Amino acid sequence: MHHLVLFNIIDQIRSLGWPGAFSLLRNGLVLGSLYALIALGYTMVYGILKLLNFAHGDIYMVGAFIGYGVLVAFGGALSPTIPIVPLIILMFAVSMAGSGFLGVAIERVAYRPLRTAPRIAPLISALGVAFFLESSVQLLTNSAHYLYNGYQLGGKNGNFGPLLNPVFTVDGIPVTVVQTLVILTAVALMGVLVYLVYRTKFGKAMRAVAFDREAAAMMGIDTDRIISMTFFIGSVLAGAAGVMYGLYLGDTYFFLGFLFGLKAFTAAVVGGIGSIPGAMLGGILIGLAESFSTGYVGGQWSELVVFGLLIGFLIVRPTGLLGSHAIQKV
Amino acid sequence: MSDTPDTPGPPEPPPEPQSSAESGPKIGVDSWVASHGGRSGRSGPIGSISRAWESIPDVARFLAFVAIALSLPFWLLKSEGDLFNFGLFTLLFIGMGLGLNVDVGFAGLLDLGYVAAFGIGGYAYALLSSGYYGIHWPAEVVIPIAMLAAVIPAAVLGFSARRLLGDYLAIVTLFFAEAFLVFTNVSNPTIFGKGITGGANGIPQADPLTFFGYQLTSSKQLYFFLVGAVALVAAALYFANQSRTGRAWRASREDPLAAEVMSIPVNRLKILAFIFSWAVAGLFGAIYVAILTSAVSTNYSIGLLITIYAVIILGGLGSIAGVFVGAIIINCVFVFLEPQTDHPEAKRWIFYGVIILLVATLKPWYKAVVLCVGTIASGFIVHAIVSATAGSAWTSGKTVAGAGWLSHWVVIPKVSHGNVNNLLYIGLVVAVVLVAMLKGWWRIIALGPTIYLAAVVWENVLTENPGVTAFILFGAMLVGLMIKRPQGLLGTARVEIV
Repeated sequence: MHHLVLFNIIDQIRSLGWPGAFSLLRNGLVLGSLYALIALGYTMVYGILKLLNFAHGDIYMVGAFIGYGVLVAFGGALSPTIPIVPLIILMFAVSMAGSGFLGVAIERVAYRPLRTAPRIAPLISALGVAFFLESSVQLLTNSAHYLYNGYQLGGKNGNFGPLLNPVFTVDGIPVTVVQTLVILTAVALMGVLVYLVYRTKFGKAMRAVAFDREAAAMMGIDTDRIISMTFFIGSVLAGAAGVMYGLYLGDTYFFLGFLFGLKAFTAAVVGGIGSIPGAMLGGILIGLAESFSTGYVGGQWSELVVFGLLIGFLIVRPTGLLGSHAIQKV
Repeated sequence: MSDTPDTPGPPEPPPEPQSSAESGPKIGVDSWVASHGGRSGRSGPIGSISRAWESIPDVARFLAFVAIALSLPFWLLKSEGDLFNFGLFTLLFIGMGLGLNVDVGFAGLLDLGYVAAFGIGGYAYALLSSGYYGIHWPAEVVIPIAMLAAVIPAAVLGFSARRLLGDYLAIVTLFFAEAFLVFTNVSNPTIFGKGITGGANGIPQADPLTFFGYQLTSSKQLYFFLVGAVALVAAALYFANQSRTGRAWRASREDPLAAEVMSIPVNRLKILAFIFSWAVAGLFGAIYVAILTSAVSTNYSIGLLITIYAVIILGGLGSIAGVFVGAIIINCVFVFLEPQTDHPEAKRWIFYGVIILLVATLKPWYKAVVLCVGTIASGFIVHAIVSATAGSAWTSGKTVAGAGWLSHWVVIPKVSHGNVNNLLYIGLVVAVVLVAMLKGWWRIIALGPTIYLAAVVWENVLTENPGVTAFILFGAMLVGLMIKRPQGLLGTARVEIV
């Protein structure tokens, strides 16, 4: 039985060949940059509050919907009323701001009153927020799927738009504008984040709060403000990922955030929870794992492959790839 | 307890303010912990009910439940539909809650994969007792197998979670539940010529429960069987909780490190708690499938998980009696919110009842009065403004199911406007966030219009979408309970001493 599965996979690898492998690599990188952006939000919040923010995946989903709302407000993908470059920038800006404030509001209402509560309380609260967001969007959208139709954006008469133009091709496999856009935007945002966290005064305060909240508070750091800012930044990244997802895959609905968020959290765990470079690395790894398992094993198994990866990592190396081993002091 | 009816039952009555000021902090008791416990024990009518409740001995409560449950089909739940919707499903929720209460409540492990165990038990029953593979084993054989099938992944997960902190465990179990859904719904590997889980269609036509040749088919038979099963499981878990193991679970819940130092085998206890939980889930999962006669993977979604969490958290984590109370309340909310219900007016009473209860718990009393006046006044003001400016078409709508007088206070447009409704809902969420940020009198002043807005949204939007509404309420309830009353209705307050 096992041999059979293995031979199938080898056959699949042979028949797809190098162009197939390259297209899987490309898909994996694009998907992985989305995972990485969301995983950053998880890992930052976990690092600073030791809280698994279940609602983060749903913030990403709301971000995708805000981007869709902006697109529709300017005529939709088929007949945009303004040129597409400012339109896309506007979609990103509004969605990022909206998700950011949503994240801050969630922290304010659902997590801040629970700072001193037993640890299970904020987790259950986060679960409640996640479910509240999901059901609310389900109510507002009547459980419908909403199509971005990003591939038609800017195209004449509903044809394929410039987003699907190839930037370059490798052995006949094109890398399109939207794929390049996703990867480059993700890299740029991560660059900004790394600068913010490691090169500014705010980042220093944030790392101090993550290291020891009480000590940081005694050093005069306004920890509540830093925590709010952390939620804001993480949610901004999730909102950007939502718009990218919409432009790239083009279909958004209320349950989108749950599984995607779960995989992104897996990415954060694989990379080492609390570690910012780890989240990026883990995101790319999970994206590649999902893409290659879809291509070689079959799409219906890709979730299980990611799950196996999570279990394996937790058993073999619970600190993740780049995480540091925290020593618990009593 | 026998001499005067007004003596409080529990041994620690809240101290009078002046006497505690005289005697200072109690010796041997952390003053903050004591005041916290006192405050949460006293809070409002819920506190006094739970105090009265605690003075009843456990055995009496248990016997009262069994007696009332056995008599219900003869006076309250006479119709077949009521018995099925209220009786059977409440008992199923109790069963599920009892199982989840072991690992979340007793042992303090955040288990988010519980629905998978419920599903595994169900699928095991559907595979071994249906026409799908042509196997028709009796229930007394299949149910132990179903429980075993649910226990094996529990042991594996518990084992892999040995080294994991609480949050990692949560994510692993949540992912396990999701992987279970994907496996049953999408993967569906072919075994013996058929997809083993039946894909999206699930496995139809499961046999009715058959014990030793005796078939349970009518709702009444199933109801009495379930009362017995729930009572048995509840009694077993009660004794487990009272035992050495139960004490060790509590110890490792409160402080795993200290428990470990006291040579309590924390990891083994975690696995044991998992096994207990998932075995109960497997049992009731099998019964659930036998009642519904099919196993479909969409039944085991995260919605069910949230519902069971709502049950045990509303009732109080770690409290067996709380599971019963929580299940009754949650299931009634579910049934009353259904679109085709025999009690359409009950939706309204749920909403206004909760609002009135919350306002009534407000202290001091004049704040509650100001809030009431503010809410009612803002209603009439808004109603007058809308009918004067936007015309009578915006205010002449009818409420759902009776209570026509409400339409003089709540703005109900004649025709439902989707976008306006969406804006109202978003406005309500924003208003609640703002109210949560305000303090003191500003909060009371802002709360009045917010409650009115909630009433408008409830009458216009939420009663139109009952299925989603229940889940919105549950999500909001989890957050609200965690902030205001984390011990639920009947749980004991926990204080983490740092």
